[in-house]
Parts: sequence; structure tokens; C-alpha cells
Amino acid sequence: MKKQVYIYKSFERFWHWAQAALIFFLAATGFEIHGSISFFGYQNAVEYHNIAAYSFIVLIVFAIFWHLATGEWKQYLPTLKNIKAQIDFYLVGIFRNASHPTKKTVLSKLNPLQRFVYLGLKILVIPVMMISGLLYMFYRYPQKGGGIGVLNIESVEPIALLHTLGAFLLIAFIIAHLYLITTGSTATSNLKAMITGYEEIEEENEVKEERKEEILVDSL
Amino acid sequence: MKKIFLILISISIILFSAVTILTTGSYEPTRLTKLKEEYPKKYSPSADHNKFTQLQKKFASPQEVTEACVSCHTETHKEVMKSNHWNWEREEYIEGKGIVSIGKKNVINNFCIGIEGNEQSCAKCHAGYGMTNSSFSYTDYKNIDCLVCHDNSETYVKGDELAGYPDPSLDLSFISRSVGKPKRSNCGVCHFFGGGGNNVKHGDLEKSMFEPSKDVDIHMAVEGMNMECIDCHTTEDHVIAGKMYSLSSMNKNRALCEDCHTENPHYADILNEHTVKVACQTCHIPVYAKVNATKTTWDWSTAGKLKNGEPYEEDDADGNHTYLSIKGSFEWGKNLKPEYVWFNGTADHYLVGEIIDDTTKPLQVNSLNGSYSDEDSKIIPVKIHRAVQPFDPVKKVLIQPKLFADKKGEGAFWQDFDWRRSSEIGMKEINVPFSGQVSFIKTEMYWPVNHMVSTKDLTVSCNECHAREGSRLAALTDFYMPARDYSNFVETAGIGIILLTLLGVFTHGTVRIFSANKLKKKLK
Repeated sequence: MKKQVYIYKSFERFWHWAQAALIFFLAATGFEIHGSISFFGYQNAVEYHNIAAYSFIVLIVFAIFWHLATGEWKQYLPTLKNIKAQIDFYLVGIFRNASHPTKKTVLSKLNPLQRFVYLGLKILVIPVMMISGLLYMFYRYPQKGGGIGVLNIESVEPIALLHTLGAFLLIAFIIAHLYLITTGSTATSNLKAMITGYEEIEEENEVKEERKEEILVDSL
Repeated sequence: MKKIFLILISISIILFSAVTILTTGSYEPTRLTKLKEEYPKKYSPSADHNKFTQLQKKFASPQEVTEACVSCHTETHKEVMKSNHWNWEREEYIEGKGIVSIGKKNVINNFCIGIEGNEQSCAKCHAGYGMTNSSFSYTDYKNIDCLVCHDNSETYVKGDELAGYPDPSLDLSFISRSVGKPKRSNCGVCHFFGGGGNNVKHGDLEKSMFEPSKDVDIHMAVEGMNMECIDCHTTEDHVIAGKMYSLSSMNKNRALCEDCHTENPHYADILNEHTVKVACQTCHIPVYAKVNATKTTWDWSTAGKLKNGEPYEEDDADGNHTYLSIKGSFEWGKNLKPEYVWFNGTADHYLVGEIIDDTTKPLQVNSLNGSYSDEDSKIIPVKIHRAVQPFDPVKKVLIQPKLFADKKGEGAFWQDFDWRRSSEIGMKEINVPFSGQVSFIKTEMYWPVNHMVSTKDLTVSCNECHAREGSRLAALTDFYMPARDYSNFVETAGIGIILLTLLGVFTHGTVRIFSANKLKKKLK
């Protein structure tokens, strides 16, 4: 039996789309700073990139608060269960019109692969980008008459290279992400869900109960 | 959910109002506004020299004028006699060479090479009278030329080849009564024409700076602040701030932009941060030699060609000499983009008689010290003057030839065009052994560009340096600069990952469409 379920809360959707917009904007301004493209004008690109970066940090702070307050953070706990089935699905099943091996529920909306990738983004790529970005903004060349010693950095090179590498990874992620949203039950069902919050998912009470237990076990 | 939104909104409102309240301070005039109020104030002298009885007589010699000056300014000559303008040398510490006494008197350049032996002509720009040879006495105060710096009538001129004496036709009595603080014309008469013609040496100091427009120099512009040289080159006891590293070596007594503008003059922090590593001039002097060309190369090796036994000259369309039998061939440049080097305020010099280690690469006649990793160094704009000049291939030293003589037969190159003889006489003059052989070596001289500051709108923009191609700082490779620099590894890896992702998406998508169609057909 299929049923419309309210799966993405309004803040979650706001956070997702704001983050998406910021990442696109940061990529555009960032690659101008990197010298790859020319669009905003160099000084504007730098200023806009900094403003967007601060906005992103504010958004992240709110998102972290929201995840902790609502318990949604548990959605990202990695699991190996079903992971082989999920890989098999993307490599084989999807071409045979097989159904998704992981059932989407309100309490577990991410499949095991998503859990790994999104967790990786959240605890590795985004923090690395944020920290290298802040260092990029606030480092000082060693100079006479002070500054905070700990931010004295001889060369911006390692910071810049790490930040650039992260940007490339994020772009690769976006490409894959944009493609994978078409692999829902229909090509647009995932997109619709992230816009409206509602998604038509199969209602199976037993599965739901089972998933609940699973999450409980994982979180322990 | 609603609660979260309410919290979000209220926090945003608090943040917004805090930022607005904290940033709207009361009006305070900026540094620049204060400077603009300070500098146009007219100076009124405390004495009118027209009323001085000592200055009413007819002077038989310029030395009598000096004595008249000293009769009131009883101690001033002592100051002048300690100054570089008088002594043409001072003690400098050079890293690796120790303390040396150098100056115009004894330092070699790659223009007219050196003064010793050629004083009769070169001393036109000495603030004194009668320097006909190297035995000039620096102790006789009567030979101080007060007028060349202090004449405000704009009629005083020193004669050509008169060893510093003025043109004999001048009314010294009138001139002596019209003295005052040095103006642009007083300084410019020597500093704009060094090297034997307008703008030959500096590139940023030339006759258009007598009455410059705003396009040429924002500080000295007649229609603007109309500043005099000495407004920046402040002077105390006849010691004038500012120095040229063609002769100077130490980081002291400099005239700096920061003296007036402070180290953080911009509104944008990101620009102020640049001042840690980038000198003001680097961005604010986008081009130099804006009105008249400056000499960029000088090839002595072609000098001495004669037509019908006579020396000759060739000029370009603007009237700049491109060839002179007495000096060789030249190239000129106008509206030049400076070259850029790291500079920490200290310089090295080729000293007379110094052995040249490597004669295959251009000899640095002077070199500016500095690097990215040196905390005191900043990037500065420079004019690099490149020359080919005589050197002794056996002794491996630069040759300082005897160039000037007022008649033929004395061995001066400009009269007799004999490299060997003029070198022999010249080298004897400076007491450096000479093998008798004359060859030519490439040399370079570094001239920091400090003047011809442009208006704000013409300032070097970010992407003139922060650019993959054609960066102004392309030659400074000892540091990472965003936009110009990248790592091949990161670019290749990054673009590789993106391409692989695209390939994966494309393949997966194609197979999906293909198999979906197949399934549809099957169902039918």
C-alpha cells in the first residue's frame, strides 16, 4: 500500500536548498578566485565568497542545532546492513526495474550508501572546507609587531590546495547527487519530496517497526 | 517547527540590529581628508631677502653669494657640508662587504658609468663650485652652491662643463634676493635630467613633473594638491629624507608613503592585508614614464662609429637619441609597466675594482635584497635598466673610462673614440689595474619606481596580478598566489574525479534508459 508521507520537515528543506544555493555560489566565486573562470570580477568574487562562507557557517550552526534537537542526526549513523544489496541495486537491479532494497521511512530516510556519503560530507569534506576557508581568510604572514602567533603561516599554499581539492570533490558530489535523485521510484519523486516535503512511500507497519529497532541498535 | 522558525527569525533580528548599531559610528574625518586640509596651507617666509643690505651689491663670483648667505645663516654651511648633496659619498653598510664609503663620487652605474675623471662635466649637478677633478676640496664652505637649491626666481642655471659654476651671464644679485624653500624646479633641474638627458635614469622623475597633471602624479598635480618635492622628502638640518638605491644601501632615512598615509589606509581589510607583502607603489603606480620616454637599454659596444670622421646621432620619431657615436645605441620606453622585485630596504652594489665572478650572465651593478620569506620584504615596482658596458676580460672588472675632455688628444673617449686609451686613463684615475683589453658585458641596474602615483581609478586591479596568464607578478615565483598559481596534482586529480563522475553518470544513465526501453518492449 502506498501513502503520502511527510518526510522532509520545512527546516530540513530550507537547510537543504539554502546549502545547495550556497555551494553553487561558493563554487562559482571560488573558482574565479582560483583563476579558472572570470565572471564577477576578482575583488567582487572574493567579497561575495567571504559573505557566502559566513552565511554557510551560520546555516551549519543552525543545522547542527536542528539535528541535535530533533534527533535527526541518527539518520546519518553508518550501517553495513543492506549495503551489499544497495550496491547490487545500483549496479544491477536498477536496470531490471527491481525495487529499492532499502525502504524509505520517516525514521530512516537514507539508504546505507547515502548514510556513508552524507556522513563523509558532514564530518570530513564540509569541516575541512570550513576550516581551510577560515584559515585562508584569517592567516597572517609572520610580521613584525604581532598578530596572533598561532595564525602566523609562512605560505597560503597548503591551505589553498586543500581548499581547492575539496571544491573539486564537492563538484563531483553534486554531479553524482543530481543524477542519483532521478533514481527514486520515479525520476522526479525525490526532487518533489525535497520541494514539498511529501513523498509517496510504501507503508508497511512491520518494516517500520523493524527499522525503528535497527536505528535503536545502531545508535547504541 | 514553528518554534524553530521563530527562534531563527528573532536571532537574525538581534544580529542585524547589533551589526547596524555597532557599525554606524559618529563621523570622523579620514586620514586622507586630514592630509588634504594640511598640505595646501601656504608657507609664508619669516624674512624678505629683498630687504637684506648684504644682497644689494653686485657679486663678482658665486662664492661671494655664499659668503653673503653665511654672514646671516652662520651655521648652515656646516649642515650642508655634512650632506650627501655636498659630499657625494657617505658610509654605508653592505651585507657581505661591510662598511664602505660610497656615493656619486665613486660608484659605477650603467649609464655614463662613473664620475671620477669626468668631473668637469658631471659636477654640473654638484651642489658646489669648481669640482674640476677628484682633488676637489670638500672643506671650503665658500664653494657651496646655495642658489641651485634655493633660487626661487627660476633663472639660476649651472653652466655646461663648468664644474658646477653657474652660467656667467646670470644676475646673481637678483637671484640672491629671491631665495626661498626649494621648489620642484630646484630639485628637478638635476634629478630629472640625470644620465645626460630628460628621464634617462629614473623613468618616474622627468620634466613633466615640473608642472604635472593629475594623470601624471596625483600628489604634485598643479590642479590638485600641488605638492613640492620637499613635502614628502622632509628635511632637517639639510638632511633630506629619501634615497635612491642606485647609490644607497641601508634601510634608513627613507621617505615612505606610510609616513603620511599610515600602514592601513584602505577601507577594505583585504587591501590592508596586502600591505604586509606589497608596497603601496606596486598597485598605485601602474605605469611610469607617462609623458616622456625613459631609457631602457644602453649598448656601449656600438659607440665610436663615425661618419666622414665625425661623430653623429640618430633619433627616433619622438626625438630620443637611438644612437650617439659618443655613447652607443639606446632603446626607450613610454608608459611602461614596471617590473617587480622583493625589497627589504637594503641594497648591494658593484664596487669599483670588484672581481666579476660570472661574466656570462648580466652583472648586477646594484641589486635590491629581499625575498618572500623575508619578513621585511615587500614587492616593489622597479625600472630595470639593461646595458652593455666595457669591462676588462682579463682582470674581470668593470671599466670606468675617461669620457670627457674639452679637447681632442687627451685620450677622452668622447673626443678620440679610443676605448683602450680612454680605459687606461680612466682606470688609472680610480686606481684599478687594467690589462689593456676592452670587452663588453651585460649589466643591470634596479631603479625603484616611487613617483607618478596614479589616481585611484587607475590603480592596478586585482586580476592584473591574480591571473593565470600575463600576471604582473609572473616573474616572482617564490610564493603561492591565488589565481596565478595552482598545483598540477590537485588540478589533475580534481578534474579527473569530476570527469570520472560524469563518465559514470553518463554510462549508468545510458544503460538505464536502454534497459528501461527494453523492459517496455518486453511488457508490450
